[in-house]
Amino acid sequence: MEATHTGKKVLMKGNEAVGEAAIKAGCQCYFAYPITPQTETPEYLSRRMEETGRIFLQAESEVAAINMVFGAAAAGARAMTSSSSPGISLKQEGISYISAAQLPCVIVNVVRGGPGLGNIDASQADYIQSTRGGGHGDYRCIVLAPNSIQECYDMTMNAFDLADKYRIIVMIQNDGIIGQMVEAFEMHEYIPLFDNLPAKDWALTGCRGRQPNVCHTLYLGTNGLEKLNRQLQEKYARIQRELAWFEEYACENAELIIVAYGAVSRITKAAIKQLNGSGRRVGLFRPRTLWPYPSQRLAELAGKMKKPKFLVIEMSAGQMLIDVQLALMDVVPKKDIYFEGMGGGWYSSVEGTLKKVQEILG
Amino acid sequence: MTQTILKRQPSSITEGSTHYCGGCGHGITLRLIGEVVDELGVRENMILTSPVGCAVVMYDYLKCDSIECAHGRAPATGTAIKRVHPDKFVLIYQGDGDLAAIGTAEIIHAANRGENLTVIFVNNAVYGMTGGQMAPTTLIGQRTTTSPFGRTIKGMGRPIRICELLSNIEETKYIERVSVHNVRNIQKAKAAIKKAFNNQINGVGFSLVEILSMCPIGWRLSPQQSQKYIEEQMLHYFPLGVYRDVEY
Repeated sequence: MEATHTGKKVLMKGNEAVGEAAIKAGCQCYFAYPITPQTETPEYLSRRMEETGRIFLQAESEVAAINMVFGAAAAGARAMTSSSSPGISLKQEGISYISAAQLPCVIVNVVRGGPGLGNIDASQADYIQSTRGGGHGDYRCIVLAPNSIQECYDMTMNAFDLADKYRIIVMIQNDGIIGQMVEAFEMHEYIPLFDNLPAKDWALTGCRGRQPNVCHTLYLGTNGLEKLNRQLQEKYARIQRELAWFEEYACENAELIIVAYGAVSRITKAAIKQLNGSGRRVGLFRPRTLWPYPSQRLAELAGKMKKPKFLVIEMSAGQMLIDVQLALMDVVPKKDIYFEGMGGGWYSSVEGTLKKVQEILG
Repeated sequence: MTQTILKRQPSSITEGSTHYCGGCGHGITLRLIGEVVDELGVRENMILTSPVGCAVVMYDYLKCDSIECAHGRAPATGTAIKRVHPDKFVLIYQGDGDLAAIGTAEIIHAANRGENLTVIFVNNAVYGMTGGQMAPTTLIGQRTTTSPFGRTIKGMGRPIRICELLSNIEETKYIERVSVHNVRNIQKAKAAIKKAFNNQINGVGFSLVEILSMCPIGWRLSPQQSQKYIEEQMLHYFPLGVYRDVEY
């Protein structure tokens, strides 16, 4: 695979496309530890970072890797790490510190079955962990959820820009299917999301000609911590106003909208195409940002439906379901929000989806 | 005209007092670091990593860019900073709970990668910040708030000797144990700190200076008794000296 083609369709694994997008987006440092099903990303970047004169370091642990990201981000570099569920749990210490220090970085989670060591199959059971922070304290990360290799590539580029704009962690929430899937995609050059980004005048570069920059997360004795928390919440509120990505498919005049993301949204769409072909008015709403959740749009769609019915399908015991219920709490009776979940590395099927729709719509 | 200088503080250290307790070795160590930073002129070209522990707010005292690390992770965080800015001086400051307990993986692997870093490791044989609990370096028989009957080998292990441990790692370049319990040793400590600074500046590689340090509050001793405790107790188990020095 010659990775330097631009604008051409190339065939790659999701985990490799994430790596190449990081290269194109100017990621200067990448720190990681092997874990299935994400190991193709460190393998890919161990070569590409070297070729492009950047920093690749295989850390002694996930804990060390995230604390290296902490240092690199504080030093002003674009930095990334990736892992899978058990590794992401280990990284939560650093994720909390980086969030408190308001540093930008990108973290990729190729979610596998849990809890515990679980298995190496696809899962979406880290949804709550990703969208509610995951570590200690009141903080959030922006969470992007690709469902194709093209989106793995594009969203990784976007992730660096969003991180720099808001000084926040951006997580790419992949799953074992999307990470491992091979698919053709357009490997275009870096497309910045914003015309310009704020200067990193807070970075640790040596204090020549200025007052020292101090990156800290301890606030003792004063109202400093209260102030930080208020600042964080104001920032999160701003992001919620400015960011909500989603895809709608066949939602016009739908009598049932299925809500699904990641690999499940692909399976769901295949089922919906069959249903639409036989005259059933079923649509797909796919959140592309899991935090902020596109709640407002979901409620708008419900408002347009005569007798709104929703079905949430996810590879978990009902984690995104909570966000759908929250989004629709004023417009849809809870009994009309149906759920189909699977755990332990199992994923949905077209047949199972058709059966569930039949149960709901009769 | 002659001038008598009664007190001169290194210009790289903020004026005023620190939060360190009377008789604590951190204050002396800070002073020595300040003097070395001044003498080598690195203040504006350096990045300090401060630890979790008594020195957590060291950035309030040393006037340079700095980052407060998670407990034990300074060698990882500092590694990344040094890789991003290889032309900057990166100082890693850690205590014994930080470096020798929760951060053992990070220090060993930073040393093993031969990171061009300077580590100042303050060993006072207790967790000082939390009120004098047993540390990995607590002496056999030493009473702490979590070893109220004295540390025993059985069940608690022996105190970890970091200099001896790290000097077995071939990528380390300079490892020395010093003490700040009297004037003669303070002078030696300063020389060791300066050498460890110069090593990084000259690209020599990984240098660590372990500093035996008094903790009168944590030890429930007076400052004078604490100095004596180092002389009579700690030095037997933690011998001073150069453990590794790869000349270039």
